[in-house]
Amino acid sequence: MAVQPRAREAVPKTAIPGLQRPPWLDAVILILSYAVLISVALAMFVPFIYAISTSFKTLPEAVRPEIQFIPREFTTAAYERLLGGGFSLAAFNSILVAFFVLAGRLAFNSMAGYALARLRFTGRTLVFALVVASMFIPGVVLIVPRFLVLSQLNMLNSYPGMVIPIMTDAFGIFLMKQFFEGIPVELEEAAQIDGANRFQIFLRVILPLAGPALATLAIFAFQGAWNELLHYLVVTGTHPPRYTLTLWLAQLRGTGFQVDWPVIMAGSMLTTVPTALLFLLFQRYFIEGVSYAGLKG
Amino acid sequence: MLATWRSRRFEDLTAGYIFLAPAVLILAVFVFYPILFTLFISFRQWSPAAAVPALEAPFVGLENYANLLIEPGLDRSNFYRAVKNNLYYVLGVVPIQTFLALLLAVIVNQKLLRGRTFFRTAFYFPSITSSAAISLIFLFMYQSNGLINQFLDAIIPGYTPFNWIADPRIGATGLFHLILGAFGIDIRTAGDWATTNVLGLTLWDWLSGPSVALTAIMLLNIWTTLGTLMLIYLAALQDIPGFVYEAAAIDGASQSDMFWKITVPLLRPTTLFVVTVGIIGTWQVFDQIYVMSAGGPRNTTLTLAFLIWTKLREFTTGEAAALAFILFGIIALFTLLQQRVTRERS
Repeated sequence: MAVQPRAREAVPKTAIPGLQRPPWLDAVILILSYAVLISVALAMFVPFIYAISTSFKTLPEAVRPEIQFIPREFTTAAYERLLGGGFSLAAFNSILVAFFVLAGRLAFNSMAGYALARLRFTGRTLVFALVVASMFIPGVVLIVPRFLVLSQLNMLNSYPGMVIPIMTDAFGIFLMKQFFEGIPVELEEAAQIDGANRFQIFLRVILPLAGPALATLAIFAFQGAWNELLHYLVVTGTHPPRYTLTLWLAQLRGTGFQVDWPVIMAGSMLTTVPTALLFLLFQRYFIEGVSYAGLKG
Repeated sequence: MLATWRSRRFEDLTAGYIFLAPAVLILAVFVFYPILFTLFISFRQWSPAAAVPALEAPFVGLENYANLLIEPGLDRSNFYRAVKNNLYYVLGVVPIQTFLALLLAVIVNQKLLRGRTFFRTAFYFPSITSSAAISLIFLFMYQSNGLINQFLDAIIPGYTPFNWIADPRIGATGLFHLILGAFGIDIRTAGDWATTNVLGLTLWDWLSGPSVALTAIMLLNIWTTLGTLMLIYLAALQDIPGFVYEAAAIDGASQSDMFWKITVPLLRPTTLFVVTVGIIGTWQVFDQIYVMSAGGPRNTTLTLAFLIWTKLREFTTGEAAALAFILFGIIALFTLLQQRVTRERS
């Protein structure tokens, strides 16, 4: 490890035993590190590669007891069977629901975040405490109450029931609050002197500056809504016309006595494509979002 | 001037309420009201299928709680079975994923290492995919004809492939039982203590360890979460200023000293966060169970969240509500205990 001497009176190298690693040891450590990292990376990718390869196999080949990554008989039959089944409707439902959840979270979380960051009014502390409290309520605990409330509101088996309860989330409100607190107050004061009211300031001054935060929020909202299973199961678990891709996939396993693995793998891979694309395109926001959660947590 | 100030205050007030209204309304209707309603229902005998409105349902006091916690019967033994499975799940997954995440972060963070971005991407990738899709892919790999069995068959002589998730015999056997079995110890040879019934399960049953099927799901859980936790550690590692290490080096600290006496203590808040998130997440494990095993084989992957779901489906709503609060309590207890332990050490 090369360390630049910081002062002119650099400590002689022999006085730094911690940095006195023989070069061969450095090399060994480096090789071991690569070995570990490459095997873990392989472990992360192999299941996906295996799933893709299976999705292009015939059913008999898919269940043959052998390790075969390249299909002997390449076929797109599984994808054809998939599109003939409930997949298209489920994909439509997933897109629809994810779109509205995304729109809701962008609007409601940024509004709430702004109010908590900048506006001074009675009850602000209480609302903030409630938002914090809602973060500590484990999602699973909400299965029963959500089901009961949605049935009281007649929202079971409906799109509004799937969308509205998850249109805001404490993490998103936090993210936006934190971001808005970093914007200089002077900008708003200047706009206020020019006669703008709070709504105008929010729409014309604050939101245009919030691009990166909104992008992070949007990505996590889409990913969350797209991958969600339990909430949809509670709302519409017994009503196939409202199945999302996750619900639809989950029930595939139970149909028929011969499980159609190529179709299940094809469905799993197609379900993964949108989030995978999003991740590859906007990796920076994902990584920043996760790191942010960790550092602020 | 005062007038402007007043009107600004008023504007802040109205704007504040309007801005908060949608989020607060949603949280109130779908988080806070439901929680209170569930608490109410947990003391009543009620189901949505019943003709009586919830408010008029008969009050049964602590009966729902007692059925799960105290009264001998199927409800109680299912509850403690789920507690047992879930406890093994938490105690297995949390330490392993935390340790591996830290290890990987330290390896990736080395100065001489190339390809950091690639590894970061590769490790994080599974976290962004849907739990349903991943669970199905792993379910397929765990089949007796699947990749994992075929791989083990190829490298371990004498290995017999079996369905890790569904096999009613080996799949349902606890790991500790498997190990003891290898030494010829089973419930008959273990001694009389083994058949002692504690809360509906035999002592032998309590000490089973996670079943093979549950272990398979635990491995999947570690696999998906590892990347996220590694990223969190990596961000924290990069936050440690370089001069801390330089100073330590000048003082003559060795590499391992630096790791144990600088890196680990400075990462303590991150570890606290990672372990807390891990505990909260693993006590709630549901998706994987629902998609892969539905609690089987022989109830060895029955977890508390899945039991809540089952009770909701069976319309024993009062018990489902009571169970939800018990789980809430368990999670709170574990989180507090863990935080106390971490604080005491620092």
